[in-house]
Amino acid sequence: MLILNCPYCGVDADETELAAGGEAHLKRFGPGSSDDELHDYLFTRENPKGVHLERWRHASGCGKWFHAARCTATLEVFGTYKAQVSGPPQEIRDAISAKRPGWSWREFS
Amino acid sequence: MSTRLAKQGRLIDRSKQVTFTFNGTTMRGYEGDTLASALLANDQMMMGRSFKYHRPRGVVASGAEEPNALVGLGEGTRFEPNQRATTTELFDGLKAASQNHWPNLDFDIGAVNTYLSRFLPAGFYYKMFIHPAPFWKHVYEPIIRRSAGLGKAPDKELVDADTYEHFHVHTDVLVIGGGVAGLQAAKVAASSGARVLLIEQTAHWGGRAPVDGGTIDGLSPDEWVSRTVAELEAMDNVTLRARTMGAGVYDHGYALGYERVADHTPGVPGPRHRLWRIRAKQIVSATGAIERPLSFAGNDVPGVMLAGAMRDYVVNWGVTPGQRVVVATNNDDAYRTAIILKKAGVDVLRILDARKEGGGALADEARALGIRVDPGKAIAKVKGGKRVRKISICNQDGVGGAREEVEADAVAMSGGWSPVVHMWSHCGGKLIWDRANAHFRPDPDRPPLGADGKGFVLAAGSANGPLALDQVMADADAAGKAAAKAAGFTPKRTKAPEGAAEGENAMEAVWLMPANAEIQLRMKSWLDFQNDVKVSDVQLAAREGYESVEHTKRYTTLGMATDQGKLSNINGLAILADALNADIPQVGTTTFRPPYTPISMGAIGGEARGEVFQPVRKTPIYDWSNANGADWEPVGQWRRPFAYVRPGESVHDAVNREVRNTRENLGLLDASTLGKLIVKGPDAGKFLDMLYTNMMSTLKPGKCRYGLMCSENGFLIDDGVVARIDEDTFLCHTTTGGAERIHGHMEEWLQTEWWDWKVYVANVTEQYAQIAVVGPKARKVLEKLNAKAGGGMDLSAEALPFMEWRDGRIGEFDARAYRISFSGELSYEIAVPASQGLAFWEALVDAGKEFGVMPYGTETLHILRAEKGFIMIGDETDGTVIPQDLGLGWAISKKKDDYLGKRAQERSHMADRDRWKLVGLESVDGSVLPDGAYAVGEGVNANGQRNMIGRVTSTYYSANLGRGIAMGLIQHGPDRMGEIVEFPGTDGKTYKAKIVDPVFYDKEGAKQNV
Repeated sequence: MLILNCPYCGVDADETELAAGGEAHLKRFGPGSSDDELHDYLFTRENPKGVHLERWRHASGCGKWFHAARCTATLEVFGTYKAQVSGPPQEIRDAISAKRPGWSWREFS
Repeated sequence: MSTRLAKQGRLIDRSKQVTFTFNGTTMRGYEGDTLASALLANDQMMMGRSFKYHRPRGVVASGAEEPNALVGLGEGTRFEPNQRATTTELFDGLKAASQNHWPNLDFDIGAVNTYLSRFLPAGFYYKMFIHPAPFWKHVYEPIIRRSAGLGKAPDKELVDADTYEHFHVHTDVLVIGGGVAGLQAAKVAASSGARVLLIEQTAHWGGRAPVDGGTIDGLSPDEWVSRTVAELEAMDNVTLRARTMGAGVYDHGYALGYERVADHTPGVPGPRHRLWRIRAKQIVSATGAIERPLSFAGNDVPGVMLAGAMRDYVVNWGVTPGQRVVVATNNDDAYRTAIILKKAGVDVLRILDARKEGGGALADEARALGIRVDPGKAIAKVKGGKRVRKISICNQDGVGGAREEVEADAVAMSGGWSPVVHMWSHCGGKLIWDRANAHFRPDPDRPPLGADGKGFVLAAGSANGPLALDQVMADADAAGKAAAKAAGFTPKRTKAPEGAAEGENAMEAVWLMPANAEIQLRMKSWLDFQNDVKVSDVQLAAREGYESVEHTKRYTTLGMATDQGKLSNINGLAILADALNADIPQVGTTTFRPPYTPISMGAIGGEARGEVFQPVRKTPIYDWSNANGADWEPVGQWRRPFAYVRPGESVHDAVNREVRNTRENLGLLDASTLGKLIVKGPDAGKFLDMLYTNMMSTLKPGKCRYGLMCSENGFLIDDGVVARIDEDTFLCHTTTGGAERIHGHMEEWLQTEWWDWKVYVANVTEQYAQIAVVGPKARKVLEKLNAKAGGGMDLSAEALPFMEWRDGRIGEFDARAYRISFSGELSYEIAVPASQGLAFWEALVDAGKEFGVMPYGTETLHILRAEKGFIMIGDETDGTVIPQDLGLGWAISKKKDDYLGKRAQERSHMADRDRWKLVGLESVDGSVLPDGAYAVGEGVNANGQRNMIGRVTSTYYSANLGRGIAMGLIQHGPDRMGEIVEFPGTDGKTYKAKIVDPVFYDKEGAKQNV
């Protein structure tokens, strides 16, 4: 059972307080997009053994959505950050780079 | 025979006799006995039969690793099958029964399987029962199920008489295992100031050390243990719990402890088991080591036992399993058993040491006591049925010939010791192969990792590999200090205690005894005692192409019994590696999964049963409904009245009465559970335009609009009426079950996609009681309230038209009245502050008497809406239905560029004209169609089944129409009005229904618009 720090209320929250929301930083494809773009947006997800950026909600706490940078293999947490960004902030990228040099995830590295 | 010795027994109190029964026979033991030691004291060597061949089996171990001595314990509401006799503390009145035999333990018909064992090799079931396919379900499976299985499940009519609970604990350091290593690790960690929780699965501290001997800091292990436990008990930052097993280690320092609070005192008030849910910064695994059996023919005959276990029975409980004992070993440790037995007056015939060079100091001591030691010798075969009779002895390096026979009644065997690595491995800690000790031990460079990427489990003592007492104490001291440091404390610079024990010669791996045993011997050399897996089975699996240890495990069932291979895994692995001509570490181990030993379902459930299984949400009108005949129905966590049943009425009668009365007179519905979300802010309209399929931003304050919500994938997820309160504020009604989910959905889009939009959402569902006043006399009752108490709200058709809302006073209540209708009747849904809900309801009931008022429940709500063809989320929708399927195209805005789900609904298969569409269904004979029944059309599919063309989504008896009515999704449905469709029921009957318009009642909508 994971512990993630909620960047809004500062609580180290047990996984039972949290709701997983899948992949972070999705780019929405709405009307006007191609079938392939829509398909990828709806169904194609990263599934790495390693660095992953993902969306969580502090559902039984402050109710806020936030992002976590985590290693799916070792469960190491590189950091959590607010959801109001379209990519991981520099300090999170640095924290991942310090532990996983040369990492990349989608267009981020 | 096995019997109680005159002396010895450090754990029993000979002044306190205890009476118990085994298979109905009364027996006696002492306080401090385990069931296993007491049975042995009564010469009950045979304790059960094996799973597959029903062979007689006796106890082989003395602790949690025991595979054979499983019994049914207790009776009635306290009966529990498959309990290990070795971990069951004896108490007065204990009732135990052996398992897996018929008609009784001594004479078992199923034992014929052992003579058929030649024909029941590994994978037998897979090979034999695969053809013909239909035979599996009707012939093979019932027979196999009757003959297999261990204990019987408790009587399903009985309810467990005991209670259970959970503890939630945070600690700096959790130490699992209360042997000398665990005690030392806990002591040094605690002296740094860290909070320490130390748990031990047995009722006693000290583990094996007091039995195995040696000294610690010059004290006997017993003395050192008492002193250390006293020191720990005196520390405020230490919690000690005996009878508490480390069940599992999970992500980020989470661990489960399983405390058997009252297994030994049944009936005493309080919980029977307690599940400890622990968060630890660091975990020390001091779980000790488990001895491995030797694989020789007949190693499963009752009386063959692990050497360490036999020593436990003598020292701890003053019981000897035999009078004439042979010891077989590949290491020095087993000599301790021979020495202890000899000193207790038991005849030790031979020590067969598979090593040519034999043992060290302990061997000398044994010889000095007059015990014959035979290096390079092995057991060729143990003879005997229900207990050991003779031992044939051969050379270890041969095939098992040139035998010499001795008469004996017990065998102590030792194949070396394996660290208990479960706590290390559960969360991903890796192992390395230790060639010297022929075991896997934790690899300190690859521990399970915590959130910070650093290891959070440390192994200590023999769980980490060292077996000699001096190394164990030094290792445990270091582990305790390292754990404290990693948890953020500064350990004191103290010296590790000095452990001292006799020096030992190196052990030598022996995976088969004798090394080149012929097939007749290998077929009787057991690896897994409980599941009857032999050396020959694993070798057969290897020959048949099973190379992966995980596949071999499943094919042979090695290690898949309730003991999860605690004794068999390494031995089986070594046989497999040999058969594959591979190195043991190359073959690898199977996965260690929690729990360490089975834990009770009661403990997992904890307090969550009966009334406190989950919180129940109650509306302000709950108690009134309860007092007035409510037949409750769970809706999410809410309880809603299904119907209000009057004395002498059936539920069905009540529903029919409510349905008729609401159409003819006046009905009241407690609609408080309906979700109510306030969406507020300058961008609220824009936001709702994205969430609903229709246009909400154009709604005028004071008006209501029905809206549909879809997922980004296009499917309908919720519906409800939206009211615009003012320019910036909307109130969105959701379904009862959808309030929290839709609130979360809105928050996700607001926080993760449109975070620059100025909108807030608040869930005010519980702030209001909402009552639907429904029926031709709805306006009259409200006007009566106004007349009586001078309320000011004008409820006329002109002042409050359909699909509008007003704030004001109704009677003496501050109210918000919505002219909305889910029944097709004249209807007001009136919200009042939750605190006023009951008073308002009672006022309506009182004032409504002259109008024939009746409360109605959810079933009437459903029937009334189905009569009108209104859809219900969860009935007409199932996550694969789009609004267009339900004829709700009118509620999809053509003007909007975008809304959630719009793009997805443009996909070709969403626009496919073959999609199943909503229609009404009228059974030809007026009966009620079965819910969920599928409609079948022409032809058959590839499996020879009739093609499906639709299904029933809602089906009711309508008292107003005097017939069954239904809604369903049918292929090309709207184009097939008047056609008859067939619905095969699960009862074998075929139901026929005509496709009709889904609006059955008041098609013009005249009744709601008055």
